[in-house]
Amino acid sequence: MKCRKCGGTAVLELRRHNAAFCAPDFLDFFRNQVREAVRKYRMLDKDEHVLVAVSGGKDSLALWDVLLDEGYRTTGLYLDLGIFDYSVESRRKCEAFAAGRGVPLIVASVAEEVGGPVPVIKEVTRRPPCSGCGLSKRYLMNRVALDRGIGVVATGHNLDDEAATLFGSIAHWQTDALARQSPALPSTHAKLVRRVKPLYRLSELETSAYAFLRRIDYIVEECPFAKGATSIAHKEILNRMEDASPGAKHNFLFGFLEKARAAFERTEAVELRECARCGQVTTGTICAFCKLADQVKRTL
Amino acid sequence: MKVILRNPRREIEVAGGRRVKDVLRELHILPETVLVIRGDELITADQVVRDGDTIELRPVMSGGAR
Repeated sequence: MKCRKCGGTAVLELRRHNAAFCAPDFLDFFRNQVREAVRKYRMLDKDEHVLVAVSGGKDSLALWDVLLDEGYRTTGLYLDLGIFDYSVESRRKCEAFAAGRGVPLIVASVAEEVGGPVPVIKEVTRRPPCSGCGLSKRYLMNRVALDRGIGVVATGHNLDDEAATLFGSIAHWQTDALARQSPALPSTHAKLVRRVKPLYRLSELETSAYAFLRRIDYIVEECPFAKGATSIAHKEILNRMEDASPGAKHNFLFGFLEKARAAFERTEAVELRECARCGQVTTGTICAFCKLADQVKRTL
Repeated sequence: MKVILRNPRREIEVAGGRRVKDVLRELHILPETVLVIRGDELITADQVVRDGDTIELRPVMSGGAR
């Protein structure tokens, strides 16, 4: 198979683009997709400080790498979830990446903030582990950014993540979630920072290939709690659609963003207030994070 | 030829002398769900792998609370 641009030996075929690329031309393609994402949604200003949420996986480290390459001023944020050896290893990958590139990394511990690590949260709440984990991540990303005076958090969500989330929201007609799904979420309160997903145009295959070709040492092992997760089941369904019809995931997500999302946007604004306990933004009196921390501390 | 699979890591032997896409089909793996790594290079599904080769099929999917 030949590279579409230079005619050299291809290392990756991208069926949805009806193309294949050699390594240098694929890296160019990847960076161009990130630039296009940033431009289209006005995600980042060239001179602003960006907090990059990193997990040690391919997506977030690829994101950090490409943003550094593009000249952004970044600080990494690793959230230690306390998930056995998986967290030990993923933290090590993030620290090695940051040290290798001479960039700052903040480490925050879910166990310290919530009162117990994710496996304990799972037991206490008797809910799927991804539920408490996701809530803690969103809360801590925002709070750390605010504490440091950083106005935007970038996450490594890719096209497959976004398509799977969309699939799940549509399967249950979660119209609130559909209204919120976007590659760039603006700040709607003084205590809410912007959140952006510069990799939303790139598939998991592409972020993996980028990380591999850039020799990024990322954690290949999957989170032990991801097995059986609904998001994985949705990705498998979408992958079968993609195999039968290349471009299916792209069309599903981009069609929603361009043609349907506006129909779900709220006509009435949700009233946001500050949590009586921690001061972070919530729609109630006490935020979900503080309620979770209360529940964990009460039980232990 | 040797095929390295991940999550969990394990090795299996399959017949070589055919294209990567034929190996993937035998293992019921969709081509876009793995990186195909030979040595320190990525290879495409139309490449022929030989009996003495070792390839790693590295999954690209991640999930859970993203």
